[in-house]
Amino acid sequence: MAKITEALTRFPLFHHKGWQTAVRYVLMILFASLMFGVILLIAGKDPLASYKDILSSTLGSASGFSEVIVSMIPMLITALAVALPFRVGLINIGGEGQLFIGAAFATFAALTFPNLPGWLLLPLMALLGMVGGALWAFIPGYLKSIGLVNETITSLLLNSVAPKIIGFLILGFWHSARDTVKTPSFVDAARLPTFFGTRIHLGLVLGLVLLVIFWYVMKYTRWGLEMRAIGSNPQAARRNGIPVSKYMVVVMCLGGAIAGLAGMVQVSGFYGMLFPNFSMNMGFMGFMICWLAGADPLGIILMAFVVSIIYSGGNLLQLTRGLPYSVINILLAFTLFIVLARPNFSKRKKS
Amino acid sequence: MTLLSILGVFSSAIFSGTSLLYTTLGEVIDERAGIVNLGLEGVLLVSAASGFAVTSLSSNPYLGILVSMLAGGLMNMVLGYLVITRKANQLASGLALMFFGFGLSSLIGKSFVGEKINSLTRFVFPGTAVLPLKYSSLFKFDLLIYLAIPAAILVWWLLYRTRWGLGVRAVGENADTAYASGRNPNLVRFQALFVGGMLAGLGAAHLAIAYATNWTEGMTAGRGFIAVALVIFSKWHPLRAIVGALVFSGAVAFQLLLQSSGVQVSPFLLDTIPYILTLVVLIAWGGNRRHAAPAMLGRVYQGSE
Amino acid sequence: MPPRPDAPLHQLVSLRGITKAFGSVLANDQVDLDLYSSEIHALLGENGAGKSTLMKILYGFYRADSGQILCDGQPVAINSPHDARRIRIGMVFQDFSLIPALSVAENLALFLPQLPIVLNIKELDQRIREVSERYGLHVDPHAMVAQLSIGEQQKVEILKLLLANARLMILDEPTRVLAPHEVEALFKVLAGLRQDGYAIVLITHKMKEVQECADRITVLRAGRVAGTLLRAEASEASLVSLMFEKKLALLEARKEHGDAGKGIPLLELKGVSTKGEGLGISLKGINLQIFPGEIVGVAGVSGNGQKELGDAALGMIRIQEGSKYLSGDDFTRRSVQELRQSGVAYIPENPLTMSIAPFMTVLQNMALTRAGEYARLGGFRMDWQAVRADAEATSKSLGYSFPWYVPARSLSGGNLQRMVIVREMAGRPRLIIASYLTRGLDVQSTIAARQALLDARANGAGVLLISEDLEELFTLSDLLIVLYGGVIAGSFKPEDTTVFEVGRLMTGFEVPHGKNN
Repeated sequence: MAKITEALTRFPLFHHKGWQTAVRYVLMILFASLMFGVILLIAGKDPLASYKDILSSTLGSASGFSEVIVSMIPMLITALAVALPFRVGLINIGGEGQLFIGAAFATFAALTFPNLPGWLLLPLMALLGMVGGALWAFIPGYLKSIGLVNETITSLLLNSVAPKIIGFLILGFWHSARDTVKTPSFVDAARLPTFFGTRIHLGLVLGLVLLVIFWYVMKYTRWGLEMRAIGSNPQAARRNGIPVSKYMVVVMCLGGAIAGLAGMVQVSGFYGMLFPNFSMNMGFMGFMICWLAGADPLGIILMAFVVSIIYSGGNLLQLTRGLPYSVINILLAFTLFIVLARPNFSKRKKS
Repeated sequence: MTLLSILGVFSSAIFSGTSLLYTTLGEVIDERAGIVNLGLEGVLLVSAASGFAVTSLSSNPYLGILVSMLAGGLMNMVLGYLVITRKANQLASGLALMFFGFGLSSLIGKSFVGEKINSLTRFVFPGTAVLPLKYSSLFKFDLLIYLAIPAAILVWWLLYRTRWGLGVRAVGENADTAYASGRNPNLVRFQALFVGGMLAGLGAAHLAIAYATNWTEGMTAGRGFIAVALVIFSKWHPLRAIVGALVFSGAVAFQLLLQSSGVQVSPFLLDTIPYILTLVVLIAWGGNRRHAAPAMLGRVYQGSE
Repeated sequence: MPPRPDAPLHQLVSLRGITKAFGSVLANDQVDLDLYSSEIHALLGENGAGKSTLMKILYGFYRADSGQILCDGQPVAINSPHDARRIRIGMVFQDFSLIPALSVAENLALFLPQLPIVLNIKELDQRIREVSERYGLHVDPHAMVAQLSIGEQQKVEILKLLLANARLMILDEPTRVLAPHEVEALFKVLAGLRQDGYAIVLITHKMKEVQECADRITVLRAGRVAGTLLRAEASEASLVSLMFEKKLALLEARKEHGDAGKGIPLLELKGVSTKGEGLGISLKGINLQIFPGEIVGVAGVSGNGQKELGDAALGMIRIQEGSKYLSGDDFTRRSVQELRQSGVAYIPENPLTMSIAPFMTVLQNMALTRAGEYARLGGFRMDWQAVRADAEATSKSLGYSFPWYVPARSLSGGNLQRMVIVREMAGRPRLIIASYLTRGLDVQSTIAARQALLDARANGAGVLLISEDLEELFTLSDLLIVLYGGVIAGSFKPEDTTVFEVGRLMTGFEVPHGKNN
């Protein structure tokens, strides 16, 4: 890999740092695709034809492309939920649980107030979703601040508890008349509107707006400055009079709120109902994307896009090549492995 | 609630808890060396799929068990390469391994969905045959179940009574001091990962080959994460893991018992018991014993590893 | 202590012409040293004299730039601690290398050269008991190290060396964190070891202890051997004069003083005590006042509570007993943020780890202490022009200049220190806590920094100047206090004292005529 990049340095355009990073990422994805191609061969499938199928179905058609965008939406938001705390040096691995609880709170609003107009109900759901997520993030934060338990362990445990609470709520109180494992469909007022007849919903706008706000806050505002100082050197930040503990609790709860919002966006915009395990590991996926992108907003958008293409491709492979959908996880994992195996990507973003 | 039903819960807990115990023992060794494996779910799936496939093809469950163990060790080596050699973040690498496990196990197992295999024979512990049949039939266990507690004792002995185990624990507490004592921390970590992976593979083997005797996608159903919680609950001690595995696995069976006695408790809520219990226990211990977790592990959770 | 019988001495280790530089700093300059068996050899000197470096070279932690090490008369190459241990040299560092979560026996077993594959607990216990009985190093082999006191942990460290068959033992500042009775116990142990033929090197700055237990004393100053004395020849006067530059004693204290001693003190510490974490020092009963227009200098060998004093004043560490007042208001429990907002500035000894965000630019770092002042629109924007204007104005008055848009960590150590000085002064603070202000600075910058303090003082600010540069302290302070072992050992006006007296207090002697406040 180093030799290739060396060779490319002959081109003047290549000296721009942004281009270097982009090229490196493209090379890594190509390499991962190569490795997956080998797996496909071993499984007796034609790799070239498979990739052609994936690309044509996702990028080649309008509906395919719109599906890619749809699956990107929750990833943008869950990745942001990890990126914000990351900037102050906190690791938010509890996104999965915050997602569920946020969705639960939003579902409560949707089922309890079906007669409210959309412009009232949707913001209410969003607000409740954020409250739920923030609450779920507060528990580990609080326990850590009184010096009792490590917040990563608590978050991981709570991740496993949240889906079960959802299951309990659905089974006990919220289930639809015919089906005990999901809620009835939400009323139209509780659904995020979609665009142009595709399934792309308002969540996309929310996600992009939040990312822009994140970028602006970190780069231009006072709080972004102080947060980056904490992430860069917490001891120094404290000595310089920055209220580090306050920031950490607030930012952790904000991260939880954002993850909770992602939960609301999924049940309101995509599914239109709540059922157990709706998250499809979206919380963890957000963690990985944030990690790959170095907590950078543009990187998050790009990586979410790439991961979405991979996942959409999996759907196609199942239909046309007879492979279980889950096999696409191998391509995803290879991409992750290759990026993880290059530590210089992670050190870059410790500020 | 009769004696029979209580014993039934016990027996059921032992059946489903054996694979959990093996997996937890493996993760105890890994975490003692300072590495947390969030990808355990993926490791278990790949081990289960490979073991099941080989058993189906060769009609020999013992061969399947061996292959399972090997698969587990190898999967952990992938984690080791990322985390030790390339110094990547442990949490992210573990999750990547989990996704890898989802995919690879589906691929391996797809031709074997619905297959039947020769499972391990079950036999009663010598001596219990004198009991009435309805009792002794509850305790007809396979070989892996009988070996589970000895395995826990073996792991204890390995960690606390051998030179290697001392090195593992030292590396997990303070790699610099371990290095100063003449050991190679990276090598020790790789060794711990391999042994831990083999034990996890053993757990997966029991699940697929002896207990469920079939293969379905995602059949481990969160056992990997439960094991990570169980390691914490057992305070990283192999003997305490025995009790923990029983408690954790007993929750489901206990729920059935409650239902049959007319007490309605949501199965979902009962499923949360292991995690809530771990949290409660952590909070209770939190005040006095900060030194419970291996010190290097603390840095993983802090984000500096 | 009864005199030792005259046993024939065996020259164990010799160091010849050891020279070692770190960048531009010459840590050891042509050092010769002879270490004998059955002898306790003290290496005496201030911080930065080169004692630790020299012994770390002997232990294989560093490689000397030039010079030779001889062992039993033969030249040896010591490239790593493993090599040192192989020729039976052991070292106990200031921060112990014990694993708190393991037991004493396990910690010892870890370092045993021949450990069987299967641990034999009984045999290990027995070996430990034998050695600990012999030398009075009583510890419970099955206790967890985390539960041991510092003194007991030190015993384990010594046991580690004994069980690994060391015959030359280096102890780096062993009594720094020991209570007086633990110090006595340690000396008894060392005497026992010496009886059995061990060679012991004691790195220290504490004169009294040296006089109590050392047989031979080598004084290092500024990287060179200032002199080697046998115990009989070593008097207070001779040792102090070897440790500290003679000519400083003739230094004239400045004549000008500010209007000190008037009004409400800017900073007042009343009976302040802190609790040291682990191997840190605890402050005990500190009474201190800094008036507007006054510079209070704190002398002392680093490690005697200087860092803790600065941190306690700033609010970084918790004050366990006593109280702290800022211009008469009780600030004992207030946060660092509140102190800073009340006009307190802090220039720490290690800017990179203690007060700089390494990955942010120099200009961004300038705004960190007073972000509120530069925030506009309630915090949505930062007025970087104003930050730059203020920083440039202050830099100019000090004669410093920086590149504003590079990451802070790319600056040299000296530049970082200058950067912090500019930042802290730009806020026109009322109280300045300066810790080793001019460490690593060249002459020009040093003059400018000191002048800045004097200017601040002229404007009515108060300064707490912690330094190990006696010249600096004598020149700048209105009041000089000496910190030793977390306690104020003495307090005077510079013109009322001499370097000699200050030196004595810094090394642990109590002033007989009670000049303490």
